[in-house]
Amino acid sequence: MREKQPEKVPFWLDPKKRAILFQIAVLGIVGLIGYYLVSNTIFNLKRQSIATGFSFLHKESSFEIGESLISYSAASSYGKALIVGALNTLEVSFIGIVLTLILGTFVGIARLSTNWLVSKLAGIFIEFMQDIPVLLQLFFWYAIFYDSLPSPRQALAPISGLILSNRGIAFAVPAPSPAHKYMVFFFLAACIVTYFIRRWAKRRQEKTGQYFPTFRVGLALIVGLPLVVWLLFGAPTKMNIPKLVGFNFKGGLTLSPEFVALLLGLVLYTSAFVAEVVRAGIQSVSKGQREAAMAIGLRPSQVLNLVILPQALRVIIPPLTSQMLNLTKNSSLAVAIGFPDFVSVANTTINQTGQSIEGVALIMALYLIFSLSTSAFMNWYNKKAALVER
Amino acid sequence: MKLFKVCALMVAVVFLAMTGMAMAGETLDTVKARGMLIAGVNGGVFGFSMPDKKGEWKGLDVDTAKAIAAAVFGDASKVKYVALTAVQRLPALQSKEIDVLCRNTTQTLTRETVNGLNFCHVNFYDGQGFLVPKKLGIKSAKELEGATVCVLPGTTTEMNAADFFRSHGMKWKPVVIENTTELNKAFFAGRCDVLTSDSSQLAAQRSVAPNPDDYVLLPEIISKEPLAPVVRHGDDQWYDIVNWTVMALVQAEEFGITSKNVDQMMKSKNPGIQRFLGVTPGMGKALGLDNKWVYNIIKQVGNYGEIFERNVGVNTPLGLKRGLNDLWTRGGLMYASPFR
Repeated sequence: MREKQPEKVPFWLDPKKRAILFQIAVLGIVGLIGYYLVSNTIFNLKRQSIATGFSFLHKESSFEIGESLISYSAASSYGKALIVGALNTLEVSFIGIVLTLILGTFVGIARLSTNWLVSKLAGIFIEFMQDIPVLLQLFFWYAIFYDSLPSPRQALAPISGLILSNRGIAFAVPAPSPAHKYMVFFFLAACIVTYFIRRWAKRRQEKTGQYFPTFRVGLALIVGLPLVVWLLFGAPTKMNIPKLVGFNFKGGLTLSPEFVALLLGLVLYTSAFVAEVVRAGIQSVSKGQREAAMAIGLRPSQVLNLVILPQALRVIIPPLTSQMLNLTKNSSLAVAIGFPDFVSVANTTINQTGQSIEGVALIMALYLIFSLSTSAFMNWYNKKAALVER
Repeated sequence: MKLFKVCALMVAVVFLAMTGMAMAGETLDTVKARGMLIAGVNGGVFGFSMPDKKGEWKGLDVDTAKAIAAAVFGDASKVKYVALTAVQRLPALQSKEIDVLCRNTTQTLTRETVNGLNFCHVNFYDGQGFLVPKKLGIKSAKELEGATVCVLPGTTTEMNAADFFRSHGMKWKPVVIENTTELNKAFFAGRCDVLTSDSSQLAAQRSVAPNPDDYVLLPEIISKEPLAPVVRHGDDQWYDIVNWTVMALVQAEEFGITSKNVDQMMKSKNPGIQRFLGVTPGMGKALGLDNKWVYNIIKQVGNYGEIFERNVGVNTPLGLKRGLNDLWTRGGLMYASPFR
């Protein structure tokens, strides 16, 4: 035993222990500052006798909201008003994300087209939309709406059942009928059945090599079943047609200028970024992969589905997530053009109750929840889509 | 170890800096030390507070702020104006970003209590009204069933309109846009049937409309809107200064003292006027101001009547009559407590 125990290192010279110590110190400082800010705020609010707490949520809001997905009136509580705002934000973000994904993918693929004109047009679209601030785009679409469209009394009706005016886009919707409930039920059932067929077909193909046309069968089920139900109910075709009553259109469905302008602005702006993400993802898969896949005799759809997409998605999904988050957060620009989103409703609430700290905290919490759930979902999907190393 | 010391020092510095901020002195001392009054204003309402073509701030609220500066410094030009939206204004005052808020703000119970603010003497009595295009052919606000109404958020306006439509059992649809300019553009382009706001503001907006004659104010006034300068709770001296500055403007008009004749009035034999203008000292000192504070206000800014006529009176594009804002001696509500 020639080797002696190494000399004991004092803890401040041991990099590991020192690192822990520093971390504790930093944490302590952050904690202290946080504690100081909170206690200082509470102290000052008390000193100026400004009310605190969330009890205002139960009080009557006594303000009206322009559009709402649930029944709401000025007699409802502030809490309900905020729910209306949150649903409006959710509505515009969700529809916006779906449309953005479709348009963005389309433009991204068009950008790679071998057709010179298509590729250049996609390029111009991307450059224009990316380079103009989204707030300006919102003002632009909103102004287009109220400046170029006529008043309700001189509204345009390009096709029957569709009315364009500066009060929004009103269009006919099918009048309520008992058939609809069953159609939705069978639509959902068809979706579930298709999912299981897909699983079964995949397993069978892996075992026996036999191919099953899942896509065509699935499509037939999803479209066919509701259609059959509709026919069984005697094919009700009665429509709810919008009519001008007093100041506004009654009946049918009306999309307000604020909603349409916000949706247009957000979708066009974000889809330009999504297009670039999609293009980059597809280009990241080397040419050799496609050639090899074709060489072993895969059909073009199989090349895309089995070789290109799995590898491209790996590159696409993470930046796509951040674009989706951007769209959700940018929807708060709605206050500028008068769409009653969460921020707009919260602003009014803050003003009437004067409790800005609570109001801002609610705004932050809501966007945090939306963002965290979006990224949780996308992370799950990313894991699923990631390449399995063999 | 050196790092430790640095960290400790940083913590100490941060704490000192923050406690220093929290213990800021009395408002008057702060304002004097700064050499400048910081006033929160609207910035977008013609006649009340808006920069003119040369970039100089003009308006009734601006003149109120100037009067306060004249009282404190003897120089009406020592004001820095901060344009605030309706949503920003109360937090800006609470957080000491501004010393006083002169931004057509309505005095309400909630604002005085829950928001921790004090409203001084009213500098404009207003009421909410409706502006509609003439071609709609509407004569009364009770015909507005189902109308789309443009509203500015963060004001008492939203609640008043909701109350009005509710109490008459009418349905309506608000369009709430944060920026006054954008809101007016939307209204004049026909996005809404009605624009609702304080009637003085509606008059101001109409005066800048593409065709002012195409629009008409409906007869209904649906609310009381006493607009007044606002200060924070907790500094009574500063409240007194702002409050009595506005009253001095009113009292000067009652005495018949104007910016033109104030020098002659200094020689007045009336003991009330002598006390008022500081010829007999005492009033200024009680407020912690110079004894000639009223003289400075009137000499540099003028009395309330002069301010009114200059900014919003019948000879301006707004063309407002004195109405409620006339002196009590002439049937209005402007009434200053005695200066003694």
